[in-house]
Amino acid sequence: METYAQLVPLVVLIPLVGMLINVFWGARLGGRWPGIIGSTAAILAFIVSGLLYFYLIGNDYRAVVVNPPFLNAWISIPSGDMFIPWQMRVDTLSVTMMLVVTGVGSLIHIYAIGYMLGDSRYARFFAYLNLFLVFMLVLVTGNNFLMMFVGWEGVGLCSYLLIGFWFDKARGEGWKNSNAARKAMIVNRIGDFGLLMGIFLIFWTFGTLDYFTPGEIANPHLAEELALEAEHAAEAEAAAVEGEAAPEGEQAAEGEVVAEAAVIEGEAAPEGEQAVEGEGVAEAAVIEGEEGHGGEAAVVYTNNDHIPTEMLGVFGKTERLLEEGGHIVNFGPFSLPFETVLVLITLFMLVGATGKSAQIPLFIWLPDAMAGPTPVSALIHAATMVTAGVYMMVRSNVFYYNADLTSLIVTLVGAGTALVAGFIAIGQWDIKRVLAYSTISQLGFMVAAVGIGAYSAAMFHLVTHAFFKALLFLSSGSVIHGMEHGHHHVHEHGHGHHDDTPFDPQDMRNMGGLRRKMPVTYRVYLIGTLALAGIFPFAGFWSKDEILADSWLVGLFDNNVGGYIALGLLLLAAFFTAFYMWRQMEMVFYGQPRTEAAEHAQESGPVMTWPLVGLAILSVFGGFMNTPENVLGLDGIFGAHRFTYFLEHSVVHAHAAEFQPVIALGALALALFAFFAARTIYGAGHALVRGSRDPLAVRPETSPIWRLAHARLYWDETYFRLFENPFNRTAKFLADTLDWAFWHDYFHNTVLRNGFDALGQFLSKPVDLGLIDGIVNGIGRLARWLAGRLRGVQTGYVRTYAVTVLLGVVLVIVILLLPLFTQAGGG
Amino acid sequence: MLFEVPSLESLNLGVTLPAVSLAFGVCVLLLADLLLVPKDRKEITAWLAVAGVAVSFVLNLFTFNNTDNEAFLGMFVADSFTGFMNIVILLTAFLGILLSKDYLKRAGIERGEYYTLMLMSAAGMMFMASANDLVVVFIALELLSIPLYVLAAFRVPDVKSEESGMKYFILGAFSSAFFVYGAALVYGATGTTSLPAIFNAVGTLAESGGSSAFLLLAGAGLILVGLGFKVAVVPFHMWTPDVYEGAPTPVTAFMSVGAKAGGFAALLRIMAMSLPAFTLADGQTFAAWQQTFWIIAALTLILGNLVAIAQSNIKRMLAYSSIAHAGYILMAVAASGTIGLTDEATRAALIYLLAYMFTNLGAFGVALAVERDDGSGTNLNDFVGLAKNRPGLALMMAVFMLSLTGIPLTGGFIGKWFVFKATLDAGLVALAIIGVLTSVVSAFYYVRVIVNMYLRDGEAETPGETQMVNWAVYIAGAGTLIMGIFPFLVTGLSDLVTVAASVVR
Repeated sequence: METYAQLVPLVVLIPLVGMLINVFWGARLGGRWPGIIGSTAAILAFIVSGLLYFYLIGNDYRAVVVNPPFLNAWISIPSGDMFIPWQMRVDTLSVTMMLVVTGVGSLIHIYAIGYMLGDSRYARFFAYLNLFLVFMLVLVTGNNFLMMFVGWEGVGLCSYLLIGFWFDKARGEGWKNSNAARKAMIVNRIGDFGLLMGIFLIFWTFGTLDYFTPGEIANPHLAEELALEAEHAAEAEAAAVEGEAAPEGEQAAEGEVVAEAAVIEGEAAPEGEQAVEGEGVAEAAVIEGEEGHGGEAAVVYTNNDHIPTEMLGVFGKTERLLEEGGHIVNFGPFSLPFETVLVLITLFMLVGATGKSAQIPLFIWLPDAMAGPTPVSALIHAATMVTAGVYMMVRSNVFYYNADLTSLIVTLVGAGTALVAGFIAIGQWDIKRVLAYSTISQLGFMVAAVGIGAYSAAMFHLVTHAFFKALLFLSSGSVIHGMEHGHHHVHEHGHGHHDDTPFDPQDMRNMGGLRRKMPVTYRVYLIGTLALAGIFPFAGFWSKDEILADSWLVGLFDNNVGGYIALGLLLLAAFFTAFYMWRQMEMVFYGQPRTEAAEHAQESGPVMTWPLVGLAILSVFGGFMNTPENVLGLDGIFGAHRFTYFLEHSVVHAHAAEFQPVIALGALALALFAFFAARTIYGAGHALVRGSRDPLAVRPETSPIWRLAHARLYWDETYFRLFENPFNRTAKFLADTLDWAFWHDYFHNTVLRNGFDALGQFLSKPVDLGLIDGIVNGIGRLARWLAGRLRGVQTGYVRTYAVTVLLGVVLVIVILLLPLFTQAGGG
Repeated sequence: MLFEVPSLESLNLGVTLPAVSLAFGVCVLLLADLLLVPKDRKEITAWLAVAGVAVSFVLNLFTFNNTDNEAFLGMFVADSFTGFMNIVILLTAFLGILLSKDYLKRAGIERGEYYTLMLMSAAGMMFMASANDLVVVFIALELLSIPLYVLAAFRVPDVKSEESGMKYFILGAFSSAFFVYGAALVYGATGTTSLPAIFNAVGTLAESGGSSAFLLLAGAGLILVGLGFKVAVVPFHMWTPDVYEGAPTPVTAFMSVGAKAGGFAALLRIMAMSLPAFTLADGQTFAAWQQTFWIIAALTLILGNLVAIAQSNIKRMLAYSSIAHAGYILMAVAASGTIGLTDEATRAALIYLLAYMFTNLGAFGVALAVERDDGSGTNLNDFVGLAKNRPGLALMMAVFMLSLTGIPLTGGFIGKWFVFKATLDAGLVALAIIGVLTSVVSAFYYVRVIVNMYLRDGEAETPGETQMVNWAVYIAGAGTLIMGIFPFLVTGLSDLVTVAASVVR
């Protein structure tokens, strides 16, 4: 088990191999093989992640930094001060992300085998998906910000490729798709710029980009605490058992008994779990403290005090510098206090997060990103990639914890996004677009949780959201599939009139009554809805409630106004969440079929429905991994705050929130009321057909709400006026004048043709003209002839020139480096 | 943490005055053109520009051969090398202005920003000559290039001119990228961008070998590519004929000399001053990059001179001729790679540049006088009978052609003499032989111009007013002849240039 951690490079390599196979042989294999290969790679990566999890369980959650055999000195300038190794980190946070990415990813891969079948670029699709896994896993396993950035850019690339995957669809759809891809790319560039600035600033301030150096303990407070507790536990045990020297090996098994004993002694009550966790550490601590108390292991440190400041990673260094206080960062012409620099770093990183995780003001790309195939929406744009910003901020919790101003801004951004996106979602007709805004809204919940310091709640919601949002997206894909099937059915059998209006299988107005047509999809969709709306006891209830409870506690006990703001906005957002989800249920599954396509919709095949069932199970039970204490005795069955205690080992400032019955019941009541409202408005008798107005729009008192929500609060239009339009005018000039008139008309028509003529001459003349001619006619003629030929190379074509320069570069480099090689070979 | 805040005194701004004053003059000129100069009297801007050049020239004479010659914490240096280079650059700018004045009026493109751009580029060249740090070299390179891109396309809406500017821009950006990459690799190998510091770091690198030497060599190669593009050496020369032909003729004249001066200034600084000690094995007497330069120089000489023969357009011919002359200067740069020969070879390159400056600008001046308003009249046949029509101009053209060939009693001969001598001293005998042979070949196309002017019957027309051009031609002719007849005037000046000692420590 010790060596499991060394497997972590595999988690990246396996999908890479899968991708390569699909790139080179995928199309030739044909059939479902590319999908099977891609899914196998994802599943194997999941198994490796699972092994890493067991490694952590078996080794007191001790983080390990692995240097892959290659790439050790990834970026280093020997005489400069730059050394950035390619290190992979196995700790509780990265393993959590790995499990989510590969676990949910595997299910989505399997689903895609069925969903994408028949697509002309089937193999390419799975190559892209596996490439995405590669980059996403680089992002989460890296031990420094630069690796994170590599992954960050890589997943952005894959996102771009996959959003525009159907760039060649007919009837202008292809244009829309590739435009959506471009939008995502461009908007993300803004965020990436912010992240890059943050990384530069981190490097300038700390001189390193490592999170933690190997051997450093991420959370020394916890380690010390656990060591102390375990020591007490050992003593208590000795007292309790009275003289019966317990064999060392049994200590672990008796953790619970020990804990009780500790309670009796009036110590802070450690949970049974924790006592067991701390045990290994305790032994070492004992050696340090009292000698001869048994034990044989080498010294294990419980804090980082023995590591000099310059050897610490950025987070350890931050804590150390803040402890010492009064540090100043020098920027050449000016200098700033260390605390201010932290605020700047975190703000820059926040800009990065708003791009990748689709927060205000950069969220506009995500709804359009739904142009990609549905598995892509589920995997990249709901479950994993878009949570990278949250992961980054949780990873940097030390920064955020110590930057109050940024935390407040993060809270406002997150809670504001949650509300705005939730509001917009109630005014959409496209089934995937609703889910897209819902995703933005839920990401807002996570970001707001980071803002109020509830890092473990943010991660918890990230995980459960990955379950139920992937479920919802895949189910919606199943619905779309079924609708398309129904549409084809109608066309083939030719009943009904033939209308020319393009059929949109994603428009919820075309659906209705699918409950009977697609029973499995209906059930899992219902589960996803309940989980997302936060209905007890589904996964979303627990994670959403922890965020709400935490913001309440933060507001109440820390006098943090951000907590109250978050609570208010998020409750409102939760109301909208439940409302638009039930609206969707009513429009899609209940009532009567509103089109013939819906009439003839069919349930999808098992390769698509089984992953749905898997995700549905996770959505039901996923919340129990982190049940709070004292709720209906559930903590007795599942343990209390297990996920938080798990994360605590790598997230320094993670903490568990107490259960707040008032908040929980309030939120639950709110959600149920929203369900009721949606049922009343959209329920039977208010069927919405294409062309008719939404019930919300019909009522005069709610019509302004509808108008705003349906127009997406005019957000895109504002951006268009402010940024895009002026930019477009410039671009139009460049395109019309430079590109078209100059490049196409001039270069292609004039230069290219002449270039070919000249080339043709150059190729034919030397053959026509014998060499003898030249010699006979003397050296002057020869020179003249040569000159004429060389002149022929002068095509006037810029590309030719550029290639010549390139050849020249190769020539220069080869000549320069040749002696070096001969020297190396000879000596 | 890495830097200390520099004080104003430590910047030592005094030594930067020649270059900075020219840049300042550019700003003044820009504002004056905008606010003071009336629309119909744009020729005033020409005189303002001349005044700016003159001020810089005088300041340069004062600071020539400073003792405390480093500014901006060693990133900028103004030593005797800089001083000599500045003289070449400022004379180029001066003659360039004279050549432009009439032409702009005739071509109907008399716009104030022309001189602003030209002087801006000249300021870039001066910064290039003063750059003591790879970063500054790059900034200067861009400052030099970007105005030239604009100038090349200045004759809008003439399609040829637009094409010229666009081509120059695209390929220039391409080559700049190579330069930056090279600089990054050098930084990666040595950990510094400061040229003296690179010099010091190289000694230890050569002993260790390994990946650092690899990086340094590759970096040096890419820097050669980036700068080689600017000075137009084979195989990075392809843009030259097209751009020279398309650009307005005075701009061609200016850039054929100025860009070369700037590029060679940087090339000499980086290669001859920072990396001369970079040898691959103990006891080697030449730098590791010498062989590459040798080959490039030989290719440039052969191709430039051979292709020039086949040209029928005077501007294209002069373009290939300028490629060939870049080859001669590159011979000197290659020679500077031999240990102990740095100073001699650098002086040879400087003298050659000065002679080339006079001669080439003069030749372009005559071509300008023959060119018609619409840009035609640049064929070699348009020179037929010029001796009858404009005997003064024809005589000067003959002098320039002879000087370009390298006939004694002209500046071109003196330049070639020093370059060949340095090459022979460096032990590059084969390269010297190629140089001499190609000079002989070059006579073929240079003399053809003289034949056209004097020996063929015809009526050459010289349209339009060319008063300023005449002045420029006569000044250039005088410079060419004085250099040829009294070479000690120039060698005395160049003997002050001791680069090897000025940079080491």
